Amino acid sequence: MAGAGTSGAGQLAAVLGTGQTHHVSRRTDVSMAGLCREAIDRALADAGVGMADIDAVVLGKAPDLFEGVMMPELMLADAIGATGKPLLRVHTAGSVGGSTGVVAASLVQAGVHRRVLAVAFEKQSESNAMWALSIVPPFSMPVGAGAGGYFAPHVRSYIRRSGAPEHIGAMVAVKDRRNGARNPYAHLHQPDITVESVRASAVLWDPIRYDETCPSSDGACAVVIGDEAAGDAAQRPAWIHATAMRTEPTTFAGRDQVNPAAGRAAAAALWAQAGITDPLAEIDVAEIYVPFSWFEPMWLENLGFAAEGEGWRLVEAGETAIGGRLPVNPSGGVLSSNPIGASGLLRFAESAMQVMGRAGDHQVEGARTALGHAYGGGSQFYSMWVVGADKP
Amino acid sequence: MATPLAPDTPLSAPLDVGFDYTRSLGPVLGRFMTALRERRIEGVRGSDGRVHVPPVEFDPVTSEALSEPVGVADEGTVVSWSWMPDPIAGQPLQHPFGWALVRLDGADTALLHAVDAGSPDRMRTGMRVRARWVDEPVGSIRDIACFEPAGPGAEPRGPAAPPPAGTEPVTMLTTPVHLAYRHSASVQESRYLRALAEGRFIGQRCPACGKVYVPPRGACPADGVPTEEEVELPDRGIVTTFCIVNVPFLGQRITPPYVAAYVLLDGADIAFLHLVLGCAADEVRMGMRVEAAWKPRERWTTSLENVDHFRPTGEPDAPFESYREHL
Repeated sequence: MAGAGTSGAGQLAAVLGTGQTHHVSRRTDVSMAGLCREAIDRALADAGVGMADIDAVVLGKAPDLFEGVMMPELMLADAIGATGKPLLRVHTAGSVGGSTGVVAASLVQAGVHRRVLAVAFEKQSESNAMWALSIVPPFSMPVGAGAGGYFAPHVRSYIRRSGAPEHIGAMVAVKDRRNGARNPYAHLHQPDITVESVRASAVLWDPIRYDETCPSSDGACAVVIGDEAAGDAAQRPAWIHATAMRTEPTTFAGRDQVNPAAGRAAAAALWAQAGITDPLAEIDVAEIYVPFSWFEPMWLENLGFAAEGEGWRLVEAGETAIGGRLPVNPSGGVLSSNPIGASGLLRFAESAMQVMGRAGDHQVEGARTALGHAYGGGSQFYSMWVVGADKP
Repeated sequence: MATPLAPDTPLSAPLDVGFDYTRSLGPVLGRFMTALRERRIEGVRGSDGRVHVPPVEFDPVTSEALSEPVGVADEGTVVSWSWMPDPIAGQPLQHPFGWALVRLDGADTALLHAVDAGSPDRMRTGMRVRARWVDEPVGSIRDIACFEPAGPGAEPRGPAAPPPAGTEPVTMLTTPVHLAYRHSASVQESRYLRALAEGRFIGQRCPACGKVYVPPRGACPADGVPTEEEVELPDRGIVTTFCIVNVPFLGQRITPPYVAAYVLLDGADIAFLHLVLGCAADEVRMGMRVEAAWKPRERWTTSLENVDHFRPTGEPDAPFESYREHL
């Protein structure tokens, strides 16, 4: 893609450690600052470094209206250890956590900093994201209904275009929720969920059901990224093999809302940078941003794991479950925890945890190469990375 | 009486956004608010021995969590100030007052608050001020109504009311946030809205790709070139895709269940979201032919809401391939 800057990744960088909070509906015992700090302290401990070892901090957070705090990075500077250091805030709607990881990585890959802390959070309990996403500007028709209302028509288009059977959405939900039951940090633990129980749940935005929808969570995630020397000194880091971000407008004539061009372009750049020619064969585990279950087959196609219209077949065959050809969201994914601003960085952190062998009960055995992915806005922002146990 | 607008004046209208956000305070700020409810002011000691008021959760020097509370006086010294001649709604005082950074006795940092000095002539750096407490503190920075001049010549304070007893620690705050915007439509969108006020749809065609945009945008988002050719569009077309909204939510204007559909007008190349009525929700189909059901003419304004909803025309559905590229 012209001008898309698909040159090499610069200097080597590696994830040294990750941390996250126990995601829940309401963390009323801590402030936003305390919530972020919990994830940061765990990430620093996991990386074996202290705050003094961090050279710069990158903060990711969904739109300010979600908590009603303008520029929270200002009041959070002390808590996130940014005093006397460069602090950047990243804004890319729901994909922001992923973009935060990419920006932090780029500061190391560019040789600007040796160790960078990426942190992302959301405290959904302080507001109402559905309200914030349904503001009706003057002169318009008030039919919008939050993220679910935005994405449901495009899910219907996917089902129509692909001919996917109706139970695919329920299968994804069952897989992710059962995976989440193995993850102590996940918001929802539903080991007994079944396809039948998902299909029996209320239809919120037809064709999307309640049990096929992400929860509303309070939570934070942090990742410490270091340069080659720091990676060499670390115990089993996750080497960053490639990163990519792409954007497209929310609406334009002929826009493919089911399989957006920006996502395809980001994936193509990512695989090229990572030297991957057959993602399904070469990626061992993927953490993909799936806030509504049908987005798993949609993104499998968008990312090139399956041909267009065929993603649902991988789901139906059980290939995206732990033990399948491409385990997707062994952490339980966004369907099990959704602190919006942090959700993308959680995908990135979980992918790193897999290749670091630190994923606990949801560890995919032998995982050496992993994908972390996030999307945001009206499917218009994409951020992704490939991390590996092996040094590139 | 409103001045008639020139035909190309952009339309604008108020957009008021407000929500009562809640804040969980955490241990340090919770303690601060709990003390305020008792008409006491508590700071926190930092790693370098400084007492921070208001307290900070994490040390500005070391970033370590702080936890040692330190009581300070409710009197102090103005470090710097400015005058607020015309207070706005929601500010601590509704008559002219001073905004001041007040370093309380025993504190090393300053707190921003209002000083009820009456006149800027009475404000000065170094002046002594004391808190004026509200009668019924609840655990909020607003338990301090404002500061007032203290020191020689000041009125003596009456006896303090007894603090409220036996209540739980303060852990939460409610913070109403209201933003009043003026939302403006572009010149092109304003022309489209004025056409709607006459019961017509107009779009614009891109000179490069030939696509017709409704509402018109003035520039093609794909080609980046100005769009000037105006195109009259019929008030009928097809449903490309849709969802049925069953979920109620705060701020919702249409009672669920309702069908939110992308409607592609005949001759347009981009669909917009609207409401479909006139048949059961589960009878709405992709490709279904629909037409506008306009509100009574006397209720028309410059809004897409002039179309109450779209309803089925009864014509055969459009074939999938005819709208595939609009999904």
